[in-house]
Amino acid sequence: MSEAIKTDVLIIGAGPCGLFAVFELGLLDMKVHLVDILDKIGGQCAELYPEKPIYDIPGIPLVTGQGLTEALLEQIKPFDPTFHLNEMVESIEKIGDPGFRVTTDAGKVFECKVVVVSAGGGSFQPKRPPVPGIEAYENTSVFYAVRKMEQFRDREILIVGGGDSALDWTLNLHPLAKRITLLHRRDDFRAAPHSVEQMRKLVADGKMDLKIGQVTALEGADGKLSAAQVKGSDNAMSTISCDTMLPFFGLTMKLGPVANWGLQLENNLIPVETASFETNVPGIFAIGDINTYPGKLKLILSGFHEGALMAQKAHRYVYPDKRLVFQYTTSSSSLQKKLGVN
Amino acid sequence: MTKINFVDHSGETRTVDVENGATVMEAAIRNAVPGIEAECGGACACATCHVYVDEAWTEKVGKPTPMEEDMLDFGYDVRPNSRLSCQIKVSDELDGLVVTVPERQA
Repeated sequence: MSEAIKTDVLIIGAGPCGLFAVFELGLLDMKVHLVDILDKIGGQCAELYPEKPIYDIPGIPLVTGQGLTEALLEQIKPFDPTFHLNEMVESIEKIGDPGFRVTTDAGKVFECKVVVVSAGGGSFQPKRPPVPGIEAYENTSVFYAVRKMEQFRDREILIVGGGDSALDWTLNLHPLAKRITLLHRRDDFRAAPHSVEQMRKLVADGKMDLKIGQVTALEGADGKLSAAQVKGSDNAMSTISCDTMLPFFGLTMKLGPVANWGLQLENNLIPVETASFETNVPGIFAIGDINTYPGKLKLILSGFHEGALMAQKAHRYVYPDKRLVFQYTTSSSSLQKKLGVN
Repeated sequence: MTKINFVDHSGETRTVDVENGATVMEAAIRNAVPGIEAECGGACACATCHVYVDEAWTEKVGKPTPMEEDMLDFGYDVRPNSRLSCQIKVSDELDGLVVTVPERQA
């Protein structure tokens, strides 16, 4: 086990609510690390709608998901938070009163006084294509991500999808695979045009196959895939021989390990009390889309409010001996100093 | 108000009223029509409000935009009459529209 990273507060989820919580905690002198399963900051704003306009952020008539993320990052810069991306929190263990040891799937360990769950709809995970019986082949013949390319040497690979992941892995794995077939439901790809061109060249040169259609069934035994049945756009059925399938169908939100952290759950949401948005476990808070309480609205602005109140209570845990005096950023010279504007 | 008919996988039809300008997805969500998940809330960013437009209506409803086609790549059992219901705006022209909800969204 690696040495534990010590911090006042660990935030799980780097979406807008997690980011703004850094600001509110920072004003009260609490240091923060954030963990997010995505490879980028911004949560749903970055993953689902980076270019879509948001109209209900107070004081900002129109901002895109990406724009809001960038603005929040600018706003929390003075507090210098540390981001741990591409990592998923797996377990939270109580080690103090309050105090927690938090472990990620990358083996990283944090020790903190306070945990803030701002995990939105849960963790983004690869979408499982709706093919009957696919579960039986997962992690033996069916993979949703490529961790080590070498694993796929001399394999007969079926890659499914038409986006950048599908095309990039087609091109990257092509030199080491025995044979690659790319399958997509239409002869039109949303991936970057130059990757599509490269792929079409390989097809034209007879170095790989391109099929248009959708997988309807898998053939094989004991987790070992031997072929995929495919329905073409003309409804004609065909069989593609393969021992490995890599489906790239984007991401979906799943509650994931949140369910294993000893927190009360209600319809996959975490109930909190509304004075500080603390969960049933003292020292663990839940803010943003993942929490629930009477009257809850899943709005970014509600998550901001929840973060501000959470920070007040978190302060009591992190600095049990310090009295908290409520101050405004407009007039308090000590807050302005923290923000680096005075 | 405009009537929209949702046929579920077993063939049962639910008819709901919705005002013009709303989307077929919103009509489903507001009336708790099963099988429409709309995970992203109507941003054309998932593919969990996928429906099949009844053959008699495909011309009136029209074709998906390229962006919607991209998202349909993530759908289950996508057919030529597949649409994302969050991208179909309700108007008088669509009064009585029939859409079928797929067996599963993803």
